Amino acid sequence: MFLEVTLALLGGFLSTLKLFALTLVIALPLGLIISFGSMSRIPVIRKPVKFIIWVIRGTPLMLQLILIFFGPGVIFGHQLWGGDAGGRFIAALVAFSINYACYFSEIYRGGIQSVPVGQYEAGKVLGMKNGEIFRKIVLLQVIKRIVPPMSNEIITLVKDTSLARVIAVYEIIWDSQKFIKTDGIIWPLFYTGVYYLVFNGILTLLFNYIEKKLSYFE
Amino acid sequence: MALLEVNNIRKNFGKTKVLSDISFSLEEGEAISIIGSSGSGKTTLLRCLNFLEHPDGGMIRVRDEILFDGDDSRRLSDEEIRKRRLHFGLVFQNFNLFPQYTAIDNVMLAPRLAAKNSGQNRDGEIRKQAEELLVEMGLEDRMNNYPGQLSGGQQQRVAIARALALHPDILCFDEPTSALDPELTGEVLRVIRELAENHTTMIIVTHEMTFARDVADRVIFMDDGVIVEQGDAKQVIDHPREERTKQFLASYQTNG
Ligand SMILES: Nc1ncnc2c1ncn2[C@@H]1O[C@H](COP(=O)(O)OP(=O)(O)OP(=O)(O)O)[C@@H](O)[C@H]1O
Ligand SMILES: [Mg+2]
Repeated sequence: MFLEVTLALLGGFLSTLKLFALTLVIALPLGLIISFGSMSRIPVIRKPVKFIIWVIRGTPLMLQLILIFFGPGVIFGHQLWGGDAGGRFIAALVAFSINYACYFSEIYRGGIQSVPVGQYEAGKVLGMKNGEIFRKIVLLQVIKRIVPPMSNEIITLVKDTSLARVIAVYEIIWDSQKFIKTDGIIWPLFYTGVYYLVFNGILTLLFNYIEKKLSYFE
Repeated sequence: MALLEVNNIRKNFGKTKVLSDISFSLEEGEAISIIGSSGSGKTTLLRCLNFLEHPDGGMIRVRDEILFDGDDSRRLSDEEIRKRRLHFGLVFQNFNLFPQYTAIDNVMLAPRLAAKNSGQNRDGEIRKQAEELLVEMGLEDRMNNYPGQLSGGQQQRVAIARALALHPDILCFDEPTSALDPELTGEVLRVIRELAENHTTMIIVTHEMTFARDVADRVIFMDDGVIVEQGDAKQVIDHPREERTKQFLASYQTNG
């Protein structure tokens, strides 16, 4: 039984892991682009971007998932994602990526704005180009400042992946819940918790390592 | 011909006039001190020279190259500004060292990038120069320390070495000791004094009157965005002609 549960949960966990990893791959760079938009000096760029961030961060991810999955079908009378598992997964990935990109963008913005103007000015009076100032001076300072809030957000993402079940993307909790119905046992749910704990534990260690690596300055 | 000529520089921030008709010149090898009360526009003047602010009018010339001409409405490209500001170096009040680099890496960063951009490999030469500069600053045993591991006085000396590494024609200091504990100002002033003795061309904004009198060749007194008085350092500080200069210097005497 234990082996059977383990294998079943492993399947769900892989789906969780896939959603988590792909969301990061998309949302990390997308968030950076959004953060540049939210800091733009041009109001027609900055204002809509800030509005979108405000909406996405101000509404539940659950709601966004449902809207993104069912919205196109209801509005255009055409099911954009297709009804199969692959289509549902893509819909979930889109919702997660947009949502997390907006959260990440605010972290990037905080990090970038926390670098004192004097750092840019020092680079300028030394004749450095804007790109050099960003890459050689600002970037590492930004990374150092965003690692702690980023690690919080990423650990939240691990747990948030379970929301994908509302559009029937099977993930680990879904799989463990099945055992309650079919076998009348509850312990696979606790076992699922262990999966999350171990995975988040590994992530925490990783982030602590990065933080420590960057603690040599300031 | 003077090395630097500044003519009728004007600068407003919105409606506030911060600089009006600032004119002075500087000979090669000369050190000039700018004194004046808070808000009189000293920092803004240095920032204009270093192209961190764009003056509203006037002219700045170094040797026979006009760096800024208020009558020329052409917008300068980033690249042109970058070239022109290299005539000047700037040492900030609060150092602005790059925290993620060691002292020597702070000094080497800009020269290395410049060499790379011109397709040269001068790494050995750049390192040697950086080491020499840091030794000159009395920091031979601090070269591999990060700014966070250095005292304010040491950080400011690294910042001076960093500015010197690019061989500016004119080195500007904006109150280089104002952010330092009193017991640390001496070591920084000593370094600047040595630079003056070696005829480094400098503009030094400072509140240290004794230092200005002893080290600078000439002194400019600014008040409310204008140059009230300028002349020989000892003459201006010991025997000011203008009433406003007298008042300003008197307030220093009473404040200690
Ligand atoms: N970016 C800015 N925007 C608006 N006003 C400014 C700006 N920078 C400076 N000012 C104003 O310009 C005036 C001159 O400022 P500046 O910093 O040049 O004076 P300062 O002589 O260097 O003073 P301090 O001795 O306090 O350093 C002040 O009234 C200041 O408030
Ligand atoms: Mg100032």
